[in-house]
Amino acid sequence: MKTYKFKIKNLDCANCANELEKSLQKIDIIENVSISFMMQKLIFECAEENKEQALEKIRKVIKKEEPDVQLEEV
Amino acid sequence: MNRKRSKQLITIIVSLLLVIISLLLKFDGELYHNILYVVAYIIVGYEIVLKAVRNIFKGKVFDENFLMTVATTGAFCIGEFPEAVAVMLFYQVGELFQNYAVDKSRGYVASLMDIRPDYANVYRKDEIERVDPDEINIGEVILVKPGEKIPLDGIIVEGESMLDTVALTGEVVPRKVGLNDEVLSGCINNDGILKIKVNKEFGESTVSKILDLVENAGTRKSKSENFISKFAKYYTPIVVIVAVALAVIPSLVIEDAVFTDWLYRALSFLVVSCPCALVISIPLSFFGGIGAASKMGVLIKGSNYLEALAGTEIVVCDKTGTLTEGVFKVQKIDSIGYSDDDLLRYATYTESFSNHPISLSLKQAYNKEINEKLVTKTQEISGQGVLAKVDGKMVLVGNEKLMKEYNIKFQKSKETGTTLYIAINDEFAGTILIADKIKKDSYKAIKLFKNSNVKKVVMLTGDRENISESVANELDLDEYHAELLPQDKVYWVEKLMRQKSSVGKLIFVGDGINDAPVLALSDIGVAMGGLGSDAAIEAADVVIMTDEPSKIANSVQISKKTMRIVRQNIVFAIAVKIAVLILSSLGFVSMWAAVFADVGVSVLAIINALRILRIKK
Repeated sequence: MKTYKFKIKNLDCANCANELEKSLQKIDIIENVSISFMMQKLIFECAEENKEQALEKIRKVIKKEEPDVQLEEV
Repeated sequence: MNRKRSKQLITIIVSLLLVIISLLLKFDGELYHNILYVVAYIIVGYEIVLKAVRNIFKGKVFDENFLMTVATTGAFCIGEFPEAVAVMLFYQVGELFQNYAVDKSRGYVASLMDIRPDYANVYRKDEIERVDPDEINIGEVILVKPGEKIPLDGIIVEGESMLDTVALTGEVVPRKVGLNDEVLSGCINNDGILKIKVNKEFGESTVSKILDLVENAGTRKSKSENFISKFAKYYTPIVVIVAVALAVIPSLVIEDAVFTDWLYRALSFLVVSCPCALVISIPLSFFGGIGAASKMGVLIKGSNYLEALAGTEIVVCDKTGTLTEGVFKVQKIDSIGYSDDDLLRYATYTESFSNHPISLSLKQAYNKEINEKLVTKTQEISGQGVLAKVDGKMVLVGNEKLMKEYNIKFQKSKETGTTLYIAINDEFAGTILIADKIKKDSYKAIKLFKNSNVKKVVMLTGDRENISESVANELDLDEYHAELLPQDKVYWVEKLMRQKSSVGKLIFVGDGINDAPVLALSDIGVAMGGLGSDAAIEAADVVIMTDEPSKIANSVQISKKTMRIVRQNIVFAIAVKIAVLILSSLGFVSMWAAVFADVGVSVLAIINALRILRIKK
């Protein structure tokens, strides 16, 4: 398990951040997903070999829920 | 202000102008007015309507965009054109203001933690290059000029200076450094030019670790935040259902009810159904609290810990290094027949060949060159002390046993600490007391704890009973337990955990070394003197960057203030919403007044949250 951090851009509303967090928590291959609205950060844990797959799933959820939001690796 | 915000502002202004034009000009009939209103609405609201339509297909009906769209199109349907535009306008103004306030506070808190260095001057091929700190390797030498931030951790290979550590520790007195001293990234070089050999990569350096920790603090959510998310989950659907009922039922039940009147009231409901004001002010308050604490040199690893600190009931402290300085110093010299200085000189010379901590304490107190040629025939007597010939005199330095062994008449000392008995030429010459000293700050800390409703301050230590007793009495602690092994500390913390009330919290304060089991066991583990100690930063929930225990008490106060503001915001926002709901269901409040109240609450809650940043030192 490794922790990954992403800058999350264009997330304007605190409630949307909570909703998005809830949706992301349903992705099976990642754990401890959390969004900090104030720091505009997404943090999650997953096995190193699953990183790309996890990112793809995360992007898919984001595209569905908040199409304006962009992820940026830090 | 970024591009998105400027665009938002322009649409608001254009739309507002159209509304004003429509209000000022006199056309024949309503048609032209209404066209102007519709245009104004489209300009300011098309994005929201678009999002709403998109969300319907995803089944997200309780989304705020959707609710605003329904409310405003509803207003159009019943002919309230100005109302529809006004609601959308106010909503957008509120959003803009809210985003602006959040951006501002983000920027403000970030500036409190502005320790990230932007560049590093590195020596490469005999030239100085200016590069990103990320690109520096271990072993490279960097140059830090006066006024610059130290970008990476390392060891000084040339130069000396005063370092400003205020951003890291909240400590205003600069620290003097010179050749071979270890320096930490994030400090500001005040005067001299320093050459530093880097010993950690940027990602591993102090500054990165601290930033990481503070930035991630928001991802550990507090109970209040979870409460609000839950509340938001039920609040919106309930309000929407009530709105539907309000639109339909009265016109069926009450005889002379006008459907459009009730529909209008129902639409006002939709306007206040968005929970955003509540949802935003809570993380913002915690964010501010964590920022205020880090300004003082206290790193709190999560909103949950900041929240928990407010409920501190029992404080458990380690002794050595936490309440006391942890350094053994000569505290007192009682000489007989010699001057104090002479006695210290004889004792130091006698012990000069030893590496025992006692010898180090003596050398430190003596603080002069030792002429080793004057010391001959040094002999260590195991478990008793040292005997040597100094300046032609036979000197004995040791404990009571040594005195008895050599049949020397001596006065027994009653002090707590380690007492050295000294005899010169078989005559008792006095005693030197070596002991750990209570930090001045500890007195302040205990007082502050008692003022913050902490019920009990307990000291757990591995040290001897008599020393612990004197420290506990001196500091007026409620309880102490001495001569403990690490597993005994676990036993006592477990026992104390059972003594607190159901909402109370127990915090353990230690130096972060060997404390891992108790740090994990307690509600909040606090490590002192975090600067430079990775282990402490790693193990604890709260890290005090300096070695002042009073900072913990200050953090408890920040926590209490934060929680007060959080509660105010929750109560205030919910109360206003309920008031607006009741008034609009009775028809006392117009739609645009409702949206105004809703937006106003968000703004006030945000401003209230920012009060946390103003903490008196």
